[in-house]
Amino acid sequence: MVMVPKIKVSIDGKTVEVNKGKTVLQVANSMGIQIPTLCHDSRLEPFAACRVCMVEVEREKSNALITSCSTEATDGMVIRTDSEKVLKTRKTVLELILSDHPKDCMTCDKCGACTLQDLAYEYQVRDSRFFEKPDGGITEDENPAIQQDTSKCILCGRCVRICSEVQQDYAIDFKHRGFTTETGLPFGKPRRETTCVLCGQCVSTCPVGSLVEKQAAGKARDWELKQIKTTCAYCGVGCTMYLNVKGNEVVKVTSKTGSIPNDGNLCVKGRFGYDFVHHPDRLKQPLIKKNGRFEEATWDEALDFVAGKLNDIKARYGPDTIGVFSSSRCTNEENYLAMKFARAAVGTNNVDQCART
Amino acid sequence: MTNSISEIKDCKLIFLIGGNPTEAHPIVGLEMKKALRKGCTFIVADPRQIWFAQQAKLYLPLKPGSDNWLLNAMAHVILDEGLENKEFIKTRTEGFEELKAFVKDITPEKASEFTGVPAEDIRQAARLYAKSEKSAIYYTLGITEHTCGTDNVRCIANLALLTGHVGKSSTGVNPIRGQNNVQGATDMCLPDKLPGYQLFSDEKVVEKFEKNWGVTLNKKLGNTAPTMFDRMSKGEFKALYVIGEDPIMSEPNQDYTIKGLKSLDLLVVQDIFMSETAHYADVILPATSFAEKDGTFTNTERRVQRVRKGINPIGNAKPDWKITCELSTRMGYKMDYPSPKEVWDEIASLVPMLAGINYGRIEQNGIQWPCPDVKHPGTKFMHEGKFPRGLGKFFVLPYRAPAESPDKDYPLLLTTGRTLYHYGAGTMTRRSAGIIHKTNDCFVEVHEADAGKLGIFDGEMVKVVSRRGEITARAEVSDKVKKGVIWIPMHFAEAAVNKLTMDAYDNITQTAEYKVCGAKIEKI
Repeated sequence: MVMVPKIKVSIDGKTVEVNKGKTVLQVANSMGIQIPTLCHDSRLEPFAACRVCMVEVEREKSNALITSCSTEATDGMVIRTDSEKVLKTRKTVLELILSDHPKDCMTCDKCGACTLQDLAYEYQVRDSRFFEKPDGGITEDENPAIQQDTSKCILCGRCVRICSEVQQDYAIDFKHRGFTTETGLPFGKPRRETTCVLCGQCVSTCPVGSLVEKQAAGKARDWELKQIKTTCAYCGVGCTMYLNVKGNEVVKVTSKTGSIPNDGNLCVKGRFGYDFVHHPDRLKQPLIKKNGRFEEATWDEALDFVAGKLNDIKARYGPDTIGVFSSSRCTNEENYLAMKFARAAVGTNNVDQCART
Repeated sequence: MTNSISEIKDCKLIFLIGGNPTEAHPIVGLEMKKALRKGCTFIVADPRQIWFAQQAKLYLPLKPGSDNWLLNAMAHVILDEGLENKEFIKTRTEGFEELKAFVKDITPEKASEFTGVPAEDIRQAARLYAKSEKSAIYYTLGITEHTCGTDNVRCIANLALLTGHVGKSSTGVNPIRGQNNVQGATDMCLPDKLPGYQLFSDEKVVEKFEKNWGVTLNKKLGNTAPTMFDRMSKGEFKALYVIGEDPIMSEPNQDYTIKGLKSLDLLVVQDIFMSETAHYADVILPATSFAEKDGTFTNTERRVQRVRKGINPIGNAKPDWKITCELSTRMGYKMDYPSPKEVWDEIASLVPMLAGINYGRIEQNGIQWPCPDVKHPGTKFMHEGKFPRGLGKFFVLPYRAPAESPDKDYPLLLTTGRTLYHYGAGTMTRRSAGIIHKTNDCFVEVHEADAGKLGIFDGEMVKVVSRRGEITARAEVSDKVKKGVIWIPMHFAEAAVNKLTMDAYDNITQTAEYKVCGAKIEKI
């Protein structure tokens, strides 16, 4: 084992000993000190674009403001995260960001879950002293999965970076210069014609309402959503995800960084492949085939029919002429019961599932 | 998997064979991309130039069905050049001398003839794999869906045993499981074993189950799915209860499957949609989706994780566990559980490898089996210090040809697989608006040289024919797939590739040979 050298760092008057190689932000967070961030995502390399994570570090001549997300903590560092200078700078940064951001929180899908909104509230930034000119708008695209509103983009670059660093798809990038800079797909192409694989990782990392789940748009305010932690039902990786439910509808699917084993990442199927749940084709009533046609039946009718017929076959031909196929799509409990049903209720070991196929 | 997903990023070398994680297991793909960024060396063996093939240090475009030659030749090189781990072989394995004698003649030059991979690349792959400090093998169905699937897996195990690349963090043998709960289904539900792979030959085990369930067990080992279809074709089978599965789409040789199902006196299908199989049912029982029920899934790293109910059942649908219980009770064997939690408690009481797992312990995060007691933290990686059977066994595995190879009449080698956007038989993803907007039709990947000979252009609709059937699909012409090979995904009912595949099975697992059969392409 390589021994990592220890260093001593003081933040807001508290001194800690930590392993060398951590950023000031990481050290502060490990001490329970919160520093606001917009462009930071633990899945990504530091970028230092938004500047709201500025903290003051003591220097011999004059103290310096540094971005805590991208500065490595060094031995003997003395840091203040809440000095007047820090707070004033942070507020100015927020004003600058808001000068290029529409104030339409009342209709924004991110309202209640927007980091910029939270920070504007915390720092009480009502108006910007700067020239205000939010430009752009909702990008026209027929794809029903991802909605982009460039007017809300704060250029933190999280979408661009998650697409290149984590997904390595390189489907989106910064475009244009100066005030008109925006992020997006190349040459204004429709999403389905680009290398975008619809993973929606950009949506998952966007701190504001610039990238949202299109199918959820207008369906629920953030505080109306109940989040139910569950496991994805597609492949065998077993990503932890949250069903965002309003009433009896799954409005969207999200995940959280730190989740095992996916650390907040999801793929196209996990994030956007949930709407089959509410598809009109869902079977809603037992069906019994009569004269070659399916007719609706009650549960009692259907179950009594099957039980009677199975007992009949068992009595006439023996239990080993009956088989049960269970499924890799069902839960452990359901597979166990299907197996128990075959062995205890039918009396056969003819029970298999789709692991072979 | 012998290792955990969180260990992937720290691998120094990944040998990926017969797997396409960026499409079939995208989040494992992301972990591999992390490893790639940290400098991990990739060796990729696949007949298609998949994403990782393009990033790999060494790409081995092998002919489908020739894995045995590649893997045995790598063993040859490892021994020929003295790269084996002598200490590991001595203390942890048996059968080494037999393997050594066998692979002596399996030279990379000979293997090159069968695999189409240059001999020098095979040598290089063996050297890289053997020498790296943390080598891990990752494979999926490209290895197992063959008549020699079990042999292939054992060839892989031979390499790990020769080099000692197993039983350590980030170093092992890792099949990435395809379906959400294929691990759990196998743990629970096999015709020849009791849950947790407990044997019928163990009297104590049988007694334990009989006492708990209050029945006398039938001691005659059960039929696998392929055997049940075989008996259907002979008219020996009368009834089938199918839960959450669509055999018409997923079993090989569709015609044969349909004939079998038609021969039954009773077919009961329990599903969330009118599947292809459901059309042939006598009774259809509407089940709930994962969003409407509680329970657990076990993922590819053996982690038992909670599934939680988010919404009430749609219409009059009921969760599968409830339907099975009600049916059982009506047949005269009472099954009555207040919730899946009580079912799990019964499982844990009967299955030693799961004994330490309960809903309380997995409330936050799942636990990886084996987990023998409630103090046990679960098992991050397996086989440290000891294998379940004691010593690791080398197997001598001569090459066996696929059941059907390309010939004069069907000159192309058809191999099948999965895509990023769609899943399985497509019943779920093809009802998802965002996904079908991106892609929603069947295609056949053809090498440009083959397409040129046939006069087929990219995007053209073509007929693909095998001895068992034919389908129509859009031609995707490129150099992605190996010359002489065509590749078709399995998701599309209107162009079901399993009309073409062959009902030939692995001699041990009875997994069908979805990865090799003869086919031809015709212009329409």
